[in-house]
Amino acid sequence: MQFFIEVLVGGLLSGVMYALVALGFVLIYKASGVFNFAQGAMVFFAALTFVGFQEVLPGWLGLEAGSGVVFWLAFLLAFIAMILLGTATERIVLRPLVNQPHITLFMATIGLTYVVEGLAQMTWGANVRGLDLGIVDEPIAWLMDNYEIGVSKFDLFAAGVAASLVALLALLFQYTKVGRALRAVADDHQAALSIGIPLQTIWRVVWAVAGFVALVAGMIWGARNGVQFALTFTALKALPVLILGGFTSVPGAIVGGLIIGASEKLAEVYVGPFVGGGIEGWFPYMLALAFLLFRPEGLFGEKHIDRV
Amino acid sequence: MLYREAGQFKASYAEDSQIFPIRQDKIGFWVLMLVFGLAVPLLANQYWLKAILIPVLIFSLAAIGLNILTGYAGQLSLGSAAFMAVGAFAAYNFILRIEGMPFLVALVLAGVTAALVGILFGLPSLRIKGFYLAVATLAAQFFIVWALVKFPWFSNNSSSGVVTAQDVTILGYTFATPEAKYILTFLIVAFMALLAKNMVRSSTGRAWMAVRDMDVAAQVIGFRLMRTKLLAFAVSSFYCGVAGALYAYTYIGTVEPEGFNLDLSFKILFMIIIGGVGSIMGSFLGAAFIVLLPIFLDNFIPMIFGDALGAGFVSNFQLIVFGGLIIFFLIVEPHGLARLWQIAKEKLRLWPFPH
Amino acid sequence: MKLKKTVLLGAVIAGLLGSSLASANEEQFIGLPSYRVGPYAAGGSGLFGGWIDYMQLVNERDGGVNGVKLTWEECETEYNNARGVECYERLKKKGSTGNSVFQPVSTGITYSVLEKVPQDKIPMVTIGYGRTDAADGRVFPWVFPMITTYWSQASAIVNFMGQKEGGMDKLKGKKIGLLYHDSAYGKESHAIMDKLAAKHGFEVIKIAVAHPGNEQQSQWLQIRQAKPDYVVLWGWGVMNPTAIKAAAKTGFPREKLIGVWWSGAEEDTIPAGPAAKGFIAAGFNVAGANYPVIADIKKHVYGKNKGNMEDKTRVGSVYYNRGVVHGIITVEAIRKAQEKFGKGKALTGEQVRWGFENLNLDDARLKALGATGFLPPLKITCADHEGPGKVKFQQWDGNQWKVITDWVDSDRPLVRGMIEESAAAYAKEKGIKPRDCSKEG
Repeated sequence: MQFFIEVLVGGLLSGVMYALVALGFVLIYKASGVFNFAQGAMVFFAALTFVGFQEVLPGWLGLEAGSGVVFWLAFLLAFIAMILLGTATERIVLRPLVNQPHITLFMATIGLTYVVEGLAQMTWGANVRGLDLGIVDEPIAWLMDNYEIGVSKFDLFAAGVAASLVALLALLFQYTKVGRALRAVADDHQAALSIGIPLQTIWRVVWAVAGFVALVAGMIWGARNGVQFALTFTALKALPVLILGGFTSVPGAIVGGLIIGASEKLAEVYVGPFVGGGIEGWFPYMLALAFLLFRPEGLFGEKHIDRV
Repeated sequence: MLYREAGQFKASYAEDSQIFPIRQDKIGFWVLMLVFGLAVPLLANQYWLKAILIPVLIFSLAAIGLNILTGYAGQLSLGSAAFMAVGAFAAYNFILRIEGMPFLVALVLAGVTAALVGILFGLPSLRIKGFYLAVATLAAQFFIVWALVKFPWFSNNSSSGVVTAQDVTILGYTFATPEAKYILTFLIVAFMALLAKNMVRSSTGRAWMAVRDMDVAAQVIGFRLMRTKLLAFAVSSFYCGVAGALYAYTYIGTVEPEGFNLDLSFKILFMIIIGGVGSIMGSFLGAAFIVLLPIFLDNFIPMIFGDALGAGFVSNFQLIVFGGLIIFFLIVEPHGLARLWQIAKEKLRLWPFPH
Repeated sequence: MKLKKTVLLGAVIAGLLGSSLASANEEQFIGLPSYRVGPYAAGGSGLFGGWIDYMQLVNERDGGVNGVKLTWEECETEYNNARGVECYERLKKKGSTGNSVFQPVSTGITYSVLEKVPQDKIPMVTIGYGRTDAADGRVFPWVFPMITTYWSQASAIVNFMGQKEGGMDKLKGKKIGLLYHDSAYGKESHAIMDKLAAKHGFEVIKIAVAHPGNEQQSQWLQIRQAKPDYVVLWGWGVMNPTAIKAAAKTGFPREKLIGVWWSGAEEDTIPAGPAAKGFIAAGFNVAGANYPVIADIKKHVYGKNKGNMEDKTRVGSVYYNRGVVHGIITVEAIRKAQEKFGKGKALTGEQVRWGFENLNLDDARLKALGATGFLPPLKITCADHEGPGKVKFQQWDGNQWKVITDWVDSDRPLVRGMIEESAAAYAKEKGIKPRDCSKEG
């Protein structure tokens, strides 16, 4: 039983990590109907830019390496880089492609993936880097000693970050002018346009926010596994979360992440050994697929009724 | 001037519904067949045959397969490479385990196996649509590759899960040289492409397009959705399966399941988007473009920059240009190269007197 | 404008057609299929950097091999099989005598060109990857999985564990976890580990990690539950740092976590941060810049600003040194072949193949190269295309790799038996008649 709980808790916490990446997809899909495959590449780009600035800033400005100033300055610069990337994407890629079928936009974002990946490695080199956020990835001693359940401090920290991020996004959506405009756009492009909401500005804001989410996700994942190309693969972990939770729902991303994380770990531990293991690659997709058969628009997705 | 249809009258329905209603097109088609079927294998060197022409043909076939599913029937799929893997491993096992199995029969059986697997993974399409379906097809992509690695039976208990294709022998003749392999591939691909062209012009194809354009409406006017969609999955997977088998037998020779990864699926999707969604011709153009572009960049970019910038820079720059060109093409001509081809033909029809 | 474009395009296509100009007299061409983008670019840039730097060193310091300058051309494969085949075909005919040797640095590409190399008479050298049973040179005359193979490595790792425990008999009843990349590469470990387990009486617990392996929560919980005495990390790419981190998370001692040579580079430990301290990995080459050969590269190549590495601090890293090993073996085989076919002459692939097959890097030769202890002494024969099958073990001290053993041998008879068995099966399947090595000169 204690082992079961450990697997379950570990899975839920992993699910939070997936949800972090999935959030970026949801934001962009909601506002502009673009299934942005480049989100994984953006996570990589953001984290690499952050670490890159962390490396070069002390030399440029004569600051002490690893100090708090460097950290926040690098964070700020990386965020600015993401804003620039988002703006450039909106101008160069999305604006000319407006009104094209979804699949064309989707393919464009795959093209964008190559550009972003190449740009990241061209600017900062191919080296693998470590990233230390100052939180040790170790089990909490108290839980370990008393109940023999290993829960990592770092994973809890990541969950905390995800929770604050969602709270922040909720505040942004609910209480700011931009947020209201965002929701209006998400509801109906045409109607939003007709009452004078500047669609393109909104899109730029959304890409910037998605860039911010990518930066946070990249830092958390980067601290865990190193800042390297493989960060782009986090997108593959986020996709089943998306279809389970629904492309358009922020709470869906979180709940979907938790369900996927927990069930994939439980399956790997309890079912995996009977089929030779390594089922985590496809199990979440199968699970999401099975789930979709009952609810084709995902857990919290908008129900779509086709009319002739 | 030469490309004129004036004076060519259609006197019967059969004449009106042929593949190439214009005489010049028909001639053009046969010239093309002769050039690629006879002249190319005689003239091209080994590099072009082995490294470019054969893969372009094979990927064209896979692209036709995906185009049937995505372009004609409107079901977006990200799992084409997995169905190629099914075809490759099925062909290997049929030839290995059944004594005296003729190659062409094995090829058809490989396609049929892929089609059956395709139907299985196509079932969700009855409920799920759009990107939800696309992501769901990733389940096929990951599951199939996993299964091929995991169960040693598929690779005849090879220690590494890798299989080596047997010799290709038809009626006692072994296709060993690149020229022979090219001609074999060419004939199979040309035959299947014509078949596909006919299929999409028939009632089957029209049913697919009706479902693509609006499945509810199609259902209302009497198309059976389940049959139509699953048929699209089956035919598409059949094409991909045969392409996969050819990939193993006439191109790479030794294949591992991981070779059929998500990247390859994306590449095939690119081929149909760049080439033209819903166009058989476009599948060929797209495949040629996607195969040739990185090779061209690999030769061309170092030529401009020389060694001055470091190898890492050049490789990354190529990637950026590749991605950039894809975006560029999508913006300039969202309907793909096939559309450009069509426009060129329209222009040619009026040339030199456009008014 | 249009005309200019057409001419340019034509020129490029003409170049593609492979009508390369006959080069000036006596240059030896080496085609390098490399990968500098994508998930494995970090390792790739180090490996190809080291390799190119060594060949540059031979050109700069010695004026080439007996006066024959080495030339090379890189071809980006992106670690993709189809691109690799294209590179192979493109590089095949380059240079005055064609490509001397093809070294794919990817198991997938190795398999993709395996049947092409005998037809084109180009030797294929796969150092530390590729097809293991190709070590039987009677069945695979053109393929050289040199220095050591995956099977030898697994055996050496078990021998190392035996050493640590104080005797092979002490392994009886022990549990060894095998955390492997769930792919063709990872599965290579199964057969040999099962054999070794039966021989020494330990238990193997195989745990698969799905590609790419950036999530290993459940695997390490399974390990924690099974409580193995050692865990072998058979990983690749991001799977390695993730595994090290997860080991720390579940409290598994890093000193008991033993990586293979694709898990034991700076690229695998640095991202894991302090968690990697104590982690041990095998390697057929060692890390470190304090070898005469590396010092020479720094002096003659970087001193003249002709180095290939953008980040010079990586000179002496595991991947860089592995590239230098690739360079040494390539150059020495060409030197050996020149002894037979004429010094100062450019050689064909077929002639270089003879050089590989008769390569003998004994202690004296390694000393002369400034590479004593850098790679194991190596002797290739007609039947044995592998060579020593030895590895050294290194431990990460938090900042760098420290060599902690001498060359550890593998269970040669057992591994060789498996290789011959597997090669014989391949020969039978393909209808190949193995060479009679007593007749080879």
